[in-house]
Amino acid sequence: MQGKEVNCDTTTKTIYAHLFPPLIIMYEIRFHGRGGQGAVVASNLLAEAFFIEGYDVQAFPYFGVERRGAPVTAFTRVDTKPVRVKMQIYEPNYVVVLDPSVMLKTDVSAGLKPDGFVLVNTTKKPAELKDKIKARVFTVDASGIAMKYRLGSKVAPIVNTAILGAFAFAAKMPKIESVLAAIRKGAPVKPEENARAAEEAYNSTVGE
Amino acid sequence: MVKKVITGNSAAAYGVKLARVQVVSAYPITPQTTVVEKLADFVANGELNARFVNVESEHSALAALISASLGGARTFTATSAHGLALMHEMMHWAAGARTPVVMVNVNRAMGPPWNIWAEMTDSIAQRDTGWIQFYGESNQEVLDTMIQLYRICEDKEVMLPGMICEDAFYLSHTVLPVDIPEQEDVDRFLPPFESAYKLDFDNPVSIGSLSMPHQWYMELRYKIAESMENARKKIVEVDREFGKIFGRSYSGLVENYRGDDADLLLICAGTMASTAKDVVDEMRNEGVKAGLLRLRVFRPFPNAEIVNLVQNAKVIGVADRSISFGNQGPFFTEIKGALYGKIPTKLLKNYIVGIGGRDVTTNTLKSIFRNMASIKDHGLDEEVTWVDLKR
Repeated sequence: MQGKEVNCDTTTKTIYAHLFPPLIIMYEIRFHGRGGQGAVVASNLLAEAFFIEGYDVQAFPYFGVERRGAPVTAFTRVDTKPVRVKMQIYEPNYVVVLDPSVMLKTDVSAGLKPDGFVLVNTTKKPAELKDKIKARVFTVDASGIAMKYRLGSKVAPIVNTAILGAFAFAAKMPKIESVLAAIRKGAPVKPEENARAAEEAYNSTVGE
Repeated sequence: MVKKVITGNSAAAYGVKLARVQVVSAYPITPQTTVVEKLADFVANGELNARFVNVESEHSALAALISASLGGARTFTATSAHGLALMHEMMHWAAGARTPVVMVNVNRAMGPPWNIWAEMTDSIAQRDTGWIQFYGESNQEVLDTMIQLYRICEDKEVMLPGMICEDAFYLSHTVLPVDIPEQEDVDRFLPPFESAYKLDFDNPVSIGSLSMPHQWYMELRYKIAESMENARKKIVEVDREFGKIFGRSYSGLVENYRGDDADLLLICAGTMASTAKDVVDEMRNEGVKAGLLRLRVFRPFPNAEIVNLVQNAKVIGVADRSISFGNQGPFFTEIKGALYGKIPTKLLKNYIVGIGGRDVTTNTLKSIFRNMASIKDHGLDEEVTWVDLKR
């Protein structure tokens, strides 16, 4: 975590002393994907992974028609104190793109905090996305990894767990062990394959 | 006690399980569907020993539960928007027959145009059906209120149906950490349902038959009004007792958040009140004396509580996530009514926000407080303003 120490009363310091890192501001993560890829589950599992580490969390989706292939946005909030705010995320710390075709219509980096990053599921290298995304970029072939572990179908791979492994690498939080625990506990099907996909993605994510 | 990260709908299903509901009947509708799915799982895997009655409509769902409740069973249904509208006739029936059915309504806007997002018009339109109405701001409150509701509704002095409303998506599909209470604690708090008017072959009674103008209809309506008044103190008592056992309570009918010395006092309900707490803190840090009253209960309406809590406010803003066409926001109208003649005239302003699920952000709420500050200095600009309206 990028050493974001902020005002924090002593009670909070004591209660969250066990956390690594112990002091953070609220972190907000925005997911862009399409119906069927598991963006909503990804946002929930990421919340679960942070919750395992002792943080307070919140996650929720915003989608239009409930159809495979329709654009889906999902949000995760993480804090050391109860998350009360219940609204969409407009200035995310990090952005996760499960389907690069979403970028044709949506400015995924809109509102991104200056020290944030955009993590994209693609076979391309970060430098190849420079003209599209004006921010730090990480990439991972989450679709390829999902296919390898037979998650979803060839036309519609379910990339959510792989992308979470990549997120843990790029953000250096939560710990990959927490992500794997959350997946094993919460993946709707094939928990072991999903966990292995996340681990492989963690080890094959490319940054700048 | 187990803490789980679950959605509001899942929390509602845990509430049903812990309350040992005996008959569930519901028809799926977005964004309520996952309540029904979770309950179907609980019944199928034996975690909840209940009859799950499949029906072809919401109207039938509630009709089935009125009968089950008259038979002495603890009952539950869940719905949203158009489903609630279709239940309307049976909602009158449930209250008139004095059946303490409990419902979760996911607050969703009415179409057309089609819209599945948060708005309170669906439940507010059921204001006069004789149902107790709660509005939740967190998943924990949804679960806890369900357990409280069975105690309140089944009380012999109340015997009325009740609903807890959760904002579409902001609660229904939002995962938050929730303490799942221990079954034995819930059992201690909530004894089995004993109907005051149970259908009994040995002592037959007729329920719902004709009552002519010169007979008892008017008196039976009076009894409903009286029971709704009794519910006021029950709500407070039950909430207090819940707090003693579970360590959580919700201030009865109205939650006061930094409102005692507030110059600018915002009144609202649901998840926007949760967001407003962060905004109030921020305004206070900037030296603005902002405060919040969260309406937890809409029926019975907390008239006296509101009069007491607004005494020191200079400007009162009421944010409604609904509109009564041809008048104003429904909360605003009722709050004005509550204050009339009880305290010297205050500056009162109505804000219509979040219609059809438009995001009520911290900026939305800050703009409301800024407008209230301007009213304090320069007087009322207009009585009703639609906030974040595209022009």
